[in-house]
Amino acid sequence: MKSPSDFELSRRKLLAGSAASIALTAAPSIVNAQVPAVEAAVADVSAVWKVSFTVNGAARGLTLDPRTTLLDALREHLHLTGTKKGCDHGQCGACTVIVGGRRINSCMTLAVMHEGERITTVEGLGTPENMHPMQAAFVKHDGYQCGYCTPGQICSAVAVLDEIKAGIPSHVSADLNAPPQLSNAELRERMSGNICRCGAYSNIAEAISEVAGRPA
Amino acid sequence: MRFETAATINPIDQLKVVGKPADRIDGPLKTTGTARYAYEHHEGVSNPAYGYVIGSAIAKGRIAGMDLAAAKSAPGVRAIVTADNAGKLGKGDRNTAKLLGGPDIEHYHQAIALVVADTFEQARAAAELVRVDYVRTDGAFDLAAVKDIAKPRAVFGGPADTAVGDFADAFAAAPVQLDANYTTPDQAHAMMEPHASIAAWNGDKLTLWTSNQMIAWGVGEVAKTLDIPKENVRLISPFIGGGFGSKLFVRSDALLAALGARATGRPVKVALPRPFVFNNTTHRPATIQRIRIGAARDGKISAIGHEEWSGNLPGGRPEGAVAQTRLLYAGANRMTATRLAELNLPEGNAMRAPGEASGMMALEIAVDEMAERLGMDPIEFRIINDTQVDPEKPERPFSQRRLTECLRTGAERFGWNKRNPQPGRVRDGRWLVGIGVAAAFRNNLLTKSAARVRLDNNGVVTVETDMTDIGTGSYTIIAQTAAEMMGVPMEKVVVRLGDSTFPVSSGSGGQWGGNNSTAGVYAACVKLREAVAQKLGFNSAEAEFADGEVRSGNRRVPLAQAAGDSGLGAEDGIEYGDVDKKYQQSTFGAHFVEVGVDVATAEMRVRRMLAVCAAGRILNPKTARSQVIGAMTMGVGAALMEELVVDERAGFFVNHDLAGYEVPVHADIPHQDMIFLDETDPMSSPMKAKGVAELGICGVAAAVANAVYNATGVRVRDYPITLDKLLEEMPDVG
Repeated sequence: MKSPSDFELSRRKLLAGSAASIALTAAPSIVNAQVPAVEAAVADVSAVWKVSFTVNGAARGLTLDPRTTLLDALREHLHLTGTKKGCDHGQCGACTVIVGGRRINSCMTLAVMHEGERITTVEGLGTPENMHPMQAAFVKHDGYQCGYCTPGQICSAVAVLDEIKAGIPSHVSADLNAPPQLSNAELRERMSGNICRCGAYSNIAEAISEVAGRPA
Repeated sequence: MRFETAATINPIDQLKVVGKPADRIDGPLKTTGTARYAYEHHEGVSNPAYGYVIGSAIAKGRIAGMDLAAAKSAPGVRAIVTADNAGKLGKGDRNTAKLLGGPDIEHYHQAIALVVADTFEQARAAAELVRVDYVRTDGAFDLAAVKDIAKPRAVFGGPADTAVGDFADAFAAAPVQLDANYTTPDQAHAMMEPHASIAAWNGDKLTLWTSNQMIAWGVGEVAKTLDIPKENVRLISPFIGGGFGSKLFVRSDALLAALGARATGRPVKVALPRPFVFNNTTHRPATIQRIRIGAARDGKISAIGHEEWSGNLPGGRPEGAVAQTRLLYAGANRMTATRLAELNLPEGNAMRAPGEASGMMALEIAVDEMAERLGMDPIEFRIINDTQVDPEKPERPFSQRRLTECLRTGAERFGWNKRNPQPGRVRDGRWLVGIGVAAAFRNNLLTKSAARVRLDNNGVVTVETDMTDIGTGSYTIIAQTAAEMMGVPMEKVVVRLGDSTFPVSSGSGGQWGGNNSTAGVYAACVKLREAVAQKLGFNSAEAEFADGEVRSGNRRVPLAQAAGDSGLGAEDGIEYGDVDKKYQQSTFGAHFVEVGVDVATAEMRVRRMLAVCAAGRILNPKTARSQVIGAMTMGVGAALMEELVVDERAGFFVNHDLAGYEVPVHADIPHQDMIFLDETDPMSSPMKAKGVAELGICGVAAAVANAVYNATGVRVRDYPITLDKLLEEMPDVG
């Protein structure tokens, strides 16, 4: 296995290679000027790293290409495909999982950065036969249509209620020193990183509100 | 089963299961992450390789050379597919541009290569090593610049142009006139699941797990493109992460996965990266629209004209934005015109309610403007010009048309009488508040659809059809239909969809899926009922199916027993005669919107929304309501934020990701109300249902625009309505 310092070096080269290819795409006429930087870019792709973490309560060990995102580790290596890839750029929220009690976009973080951490995906919240209250509320209120953003919405929703309980303020919290309220505006603001193109927002708000114990 | 005349009483009318707001039967799978989408079929796909697509960096021209050497020698790389080495490829009838370009390039991000490697990370890294030399040629990218050389072009089975009476004279003579231009931008479907496929060859037989709305179309297009028999192609698409028209057609992920799998002898997975989807696949084309309305002082329209200009690649189609103006309002003198120009932007094609969605964005502002010129309430103006017959062909009545009732019901529910017709007069703190209305209109399309049903010795009914569920609720309404027909609870129905080994259905598109696919299941169930009755020696016309039993006279037999160990099966479909020729079949509604516009910044917020829809029998009010509120959400996007920005120099959509192409998020959408009028349409099918999914978007954006006008007095005719278009003219309210 390569040492972390080797990895750092190759990662910088990779970034240089990426930058060159972006220039290539944007301005094809200057391609030739960019070639040398590209050559070095893939020298280290055979590097494999070991990582261990807990997923939905089970210890999992993986040997991965260090470029593997947490999202792809879950989907392609552990076959936990409940977590969705909508944009791979942190713009849609479909890949939301809960790591150490906080929700994150799993496409925006490398798997090897999560050594020893506790990861919860939508599969860890409940099963079709034994749904988490948030999952059951989404079914009851039809808080989805195509279902592709749904696991991310549900992981976010579960984490949002915990964030409010923990007193974490948001952009719409009027008083940063007061405990945030379970208001409609707070829920909608905090859920706005999870896009639903089918447009189930009104129903999702009702599902979350029911679980939170307040009228939508 | 042929459907030739009005439906009479049938088992669906019992409404024991159909018409109930049942939870989706696929809900527990979708909410627990156990529904499998195209890229997620790991069972039966061993040792897959990963493909990464490379797109053209120019919009028009040709590839002078590709240097694949560095990429080929990169770690893990197994094959690189290009037009050079892919063998002879055909083009599907429903694709405008080739799915694999080269050497000629038809549009920006047209796929030109697939790099296949052992891992996704290796494929992506190697793709960056492919060097391409292009020879660029000039293209046309600005619709306004080519508008005047656009040519007439028919679309959706209708003519390019229509004319009734003498529009020019009647318009010139009208005491009150409106003549205005409107524009709608290019828009993206932006469904949450990018196009994705897994391809696996077994000898000369290809299996594609793919995300596709129209399975049978897809089989034919894949076969034609690869020049292999249709029998050798299987498509599997049980769950689809949104489509909105973008997955009506086979796209580059499917073709390239198939080619990559052939080149490597391994299953290959390909998902289009999100920033690639916007220019590689299809979009709703931009339009320029001119609308002229002439009316007498009493508000009766004497002349109505609607012209549309849009652009597309050579061989593409126009948007079709004049379609609804042929049918929506009365008026003796009428004209419509459809003009198409060649543009070298990516392929324009169907997006949710193609034609009407764009057309209603313009027409329903024009109607609001005309009402103001007449000094009339915009609802009254619409009602005065309502019609029960096709205005171009008065001998054709509408099968059902309750536009007036939708408007009146909505007005009452929304509090329309509190609207101040003088714009810019209602203030709530820092907000100027306005309310707006628009009609909703979308045609109901009939298309044949088949299914097979099987009854087993546990009394379980299994339905198989290649119908798809793109979030529309197909699984659930099909289960309700089969349960109603066979007299069993929904729990006793298994629905299997999205597989080309199943009978060919209507598929999902054009809001035709709900009515047609359930009508096909109805037909198959009628045949199964006959088979059950025949086996038991019952008179099938008298046999009653209820509570898991079949009854005739004083005999009753449990369905499980009737099926016996060998079970019973039947297959049939619905086919239509000319009911939709004799009767115009459309769906109607009214949208009401309240907005607040910040007096200082012109920031716009939607505060309340209501839709009232009349769309035949509603098979499941819960899932149908979701379709409509989802469409209302997309309509808010169209009104206030959605626009693919064209780089007119390089010829591509600049904002090609979900940060640049803004769609509504939670914070943008208030609680939404919606009401279905109680209606059945016996001309639509034995289900007496119609589409609702696209009706919901038609008119929403105009209702928002009219509300913004009512709030501010600023009339924007150029979508999306962003605050920069309001600021200069905002009223000085202090």
